[in-house]
Amino acid sequence: MAGRDRGLFLLRRFAGTVVVVALLSVGMFGLLYLAPGSVQQTLLGTRPATLETIAAIQARYHLDEPLPAQYLRWLGGVLHGDLGTSVRTGMPVADMIGQRLPLTLALVGYGALLALLVGVPLGVVGALRRGRAADRLVVTAGVVGLSAPPFAVGLLLLVVFAAGLGWFPVYGTGEGLADQAWHLTLPAVALAVGAVGMFVRFSRAALIRELDQDYVVFARARGLSGAAVIGYALRNSLVPILTAAGLIVTGMLAGTVLVEVTFALPGLGSLLVDSVTFKDVPAVQALGLLFTLLIVAVNLLVDIGYSVADPRVRFGGRTS
Amino acid sequence: MKESTGTGATAEPAIRVEGIKVRQPSTGRTLLSEVSFEVAAGESVAIVGESGSGKSLTVRAMLGLLPQGLEATGQVRIAGERVDDDPRARRRQRGGVVSLLMQDPFTLLNPLRRAGRQIADGLPKGADAAVEVPRLLAEVGLPANVAGRYPFQLSGGMRQRIGLAAALAGGPRVLVADEPTTALDATTQREVLSLIRRVQRERDMAFVLITHDLRLAFSTCDRVMVMYAGRVMETGSAAAVRHEQFHPYTRALLAAEPPADRRLAVIPSVPGAVPAHDAAAGRCGFADRCSLAVPECRTGVPEPRPVRVSGNVREGRLSACLRAAELPAPPAPEPGVVSRPPVAAEPVLEVRDLRRWFAGSPHPALAGVSLTVAPGEVVGVVGESGSGKTTLARCVAGLERPDGGAILLGGADCSDYGRMGRAAVRQARRISQMIFQDPYSTLNPARTVGATLREALWADGRPAGPDDLARLLESVGLARDMAGMRPAGLSGGERQRVAIARAVAGEPRLLICDEPVSALDVSVQAQVLGLLAELRERLSMAMLFITHDLAVVRQIADRLYVLESGTCVETGLADRVLDAPEHPYTRTLLASVPDGSGDWLD
Ligand SMILES: Nc1ncnc2c1ncn2[C@@H]1O[C@H](COP(=O)(O)OP(=O)(O)OP(=O)(O)O)[C@@H](O)[C@H]1O
Ligand code: SF4
Ligand SMILES: [Mg+2]
Repeated sequence: MAGRDRGLFLLRRFAGTVVVVALLSVGMFGLLYLAPGSVQQTLLGTRPATLETIAAIQARYHLDEPLPAQYLRWLGGVLHGDLGTSVRTGMPVADMIGQRLPLTLALVGYGALLALLVGVPLGVVGALRRGRAADRLVVTAGVVGLSAPPFAVGLLLLVVFAAGLGWFPVYGTGEGLADQAWHLTLPAVALAVGAVGMFVRFSRAALIRELDQDYVVFARARGLSGAAVIGYALRNSLVPILTAAGLIVTGMLAGTVLVEVTFALPGLGSLLVDSVTFKDVPAVQALGLLFTLLIVAVNLLVDIGYSVADPRVRFGGRTS
Repeated sequence: MKESTGTGATAEPAIRVEGIKVRQPSTGRTLLSEVSFEVAAGESVAIVGESGSGKSLTVRAMLGLLPQGLEATGQVRIAGERVDDDPRARRRQRGGVVSLLMQDPFTLLNPLRRAGRQIADGLPKGADAAVEVPRLLAEVGLPANVAGRYPFQLSGGMRQRIGLAAALAGGPRVLVADEPTTALDATTQREVLSLIRRVQRERDMAFVLITHDLRLAFSTCDRVMVMYAGRVMETGSAAAVRHEQFHPYTRALLAAEPPADRRLAVIPSVPGAVPAHDAAAGRCGFADRCSLAVPECRTGVPEPRPVRVSGNVREGRLSACLRAAELPAPPAPEPGVVSRPPVAAEPVLEVRDLRRWFAGSPHPALAGVSLTVAPGEVVGVVGESGSGKTTLARCVAGLERPDGGAILLGGADCSDYGRMGRAAVRQARRISQMIFQDPYSTLNPARTVGATLREALWADGRPAGPDDLARLLESVGLARDMAGMRPAGLSGGERQRVAIARAVAGEPRLLICDEPVSALDVSVQAQVLGLLAELRERLSMAMLFITHDLAVVRQIADRLYVLESGTCVETGLADRVLDAPEHPYTRTLLASVPDGSGDWLD
């Protein structure tokens, strides 16, 4: 029973993803087409726009075909595992993405880890000291973090820690693990500041709610130690914190665009910006596809996390 | 020590509480004051009162477990040790000296931790969980393998047993239980209570039971203490209070509890509702509802004092009524009346072989139920939770689609509201209306009472002017200025009255009532039952009355259907079924209604 339910669930999930990706790619295709400027203009650059060169470009990139045909051609390629060739660089899109994906993943992972390690403990402190000075401090810090725009934080960090104090490099990615981590620290911090605010808010609210539950009063009433009682409540706030983590990481994927540009990092975000500016349709399409899949993967991880954290999910029981 | 009149007032009582007062500093409200009592070692005491009377706050203050934002003053001694000013002593005592069992078995356990581990968490240091946990489980009547299960894999009764085992793990000498069985089925309630009492006697623990049910208190405990509006009204031994009450409120409370053994022409109910503690400052809290009140009752707060009747002090009795000694003899119990004979007429509702099986459930919710309701007849459907009562009501009301069978309302087929035309649905709604257990969730919180009722009148094509509205409100015993209020500002009883008004606005021929009084206090329950009986007469309305409470159904139903796991096991005239039940399940249900006698749990 439960196994069949899970199979159905996965199937529905998969179908949903396919629909979202399809709509998204049609949308992006259409929007790029509608945006001012044309690919051939960009490709021509300063060259004289003779009829031959235009015809050559149009033939090469199939720009003379009607829009739906162009789209279907692209789709056919994708279904055969070919993401196409970048209009801008002439390189296969898959190679370009492959070069830049590790950096973005590392950036998001680093940022999420930082945010988690700072945000959740702060939220817990706030909840345990509810209403006191420490709590107010934590809440204020969270609000400040939430409302600071990542690129502004990034610029500030650059000015203070890289240009001013010289503790961190201004740009570049570095060689070797330690050096790379050092190079990625400021961008990851810029990305994490807002996420810390989110983690503080979610974990504090979740823990406060759990601390008010009957089972906490009952645990105290029958003499469990303070640490054991907090352990009960923390374990139960894990599920809402996981939900928040999913939202935060997907939000960070979007945040990389600005942060990578600010710190001049060659990741997916800056690739996206360049490709959109250039109307590099195959690259933009592929990136859209990739980001969607990453978001789906994050959500899947969160779901797996649920079933690890909560036996009611694991055993397919009803939550009551 | 003006209060120490407990039966076991020997050396040092297990609990001695003096002058507890609970305040909420942020609002300046006082919620509770001058609460004093003692519990001797091995003695059981029930704290009885209606919702909001301060029972829970009393024990929470006693245990130092008040909710955030509340403060207590007053002396508390537990096992001879003064603890109210000593948080460390309190922490030391928790588990080993005093332990608390809470009301709701569905929330009192950590949902993410296996039952055995939760029990083990409370064991004293150095105890061997592998030995102690199975022993505790056996003590509460559960097999050892339950230790490996999560709370969500257990039924309510089993969870409450786990709760008891966890509360007992530290070996307390005092056990406090806050309505430990209110959330359970009647039969499970009796099992769990008798288990708690057995364990209490075997371990010779002092026991404090909080309950809103006076008869249950009489059956379970040695002594009772009745509270009202944050003060103590009356104390005495269970047998003595049951025999003779020295406070008008205790009498009213007892009278409002419907008897299961006979049908009363009217259930005596006191108009009005329990006031907040501060609303009754400086006078007797019951004065506004007391038929015996004299001017002196409003000039000061009567303290609980020993009762002296014609010169003799009644041993162990305290009453906070100025006129305790001169109360008139209580009226003799009303004789029962017989329920109405069945009507031979075309039924307003006919249900044939109704079936419903929810996906994922091991057994059907309804496995072929048939019943009829004649015009003007009240038909009761009784059974425990899970017996299919609510599913039946929801199918009839069109809120649930049956898998099979037929529902005929006024002769028209209403089995599937989804396939009926608009006119047919409207016709069905004019014939039948429904009221629910929890009036709060069925009233739109954003709309005023007036707007809700006006809409109901319009829906039936009736005039909905201010006078029509006032008439409708009066018909359910509400003042006309209530129209401007929103549900959040109403008490539970008032909300249920609004829900009833909405349902009867169009004078339906059939009213479907799903546990309409089970969320209400006894005195409010008596008022609402009285209202339903009156409406039934006036509108000659039939009712399908769903309840788990046999005492309630006795007061209102003409005929009964007894449901067990989706099948009807017994049917007949209400008097016949309840006086001479034929099916063993009906007998079990009847035995689980507390009768107030001391041997009910044996
Ligand atoms: N946390 C709180 N903050 C403010 N007021 C409260 C709080 N808890 C209870 N009260 C108020 O104190 C009074 C007594 O509440 P208490 O919970 O002791 O009643 P009770 O007799 O246990 O009722 P019930 O039968 O509904 O459990 C009520 O008027 C209630 O509204
Ligand atoms: S003190 Fe007065 S008002 Fe209060 S219960 Fe007694 S007679 Fe009634
Ligand atoms: Mg309570």
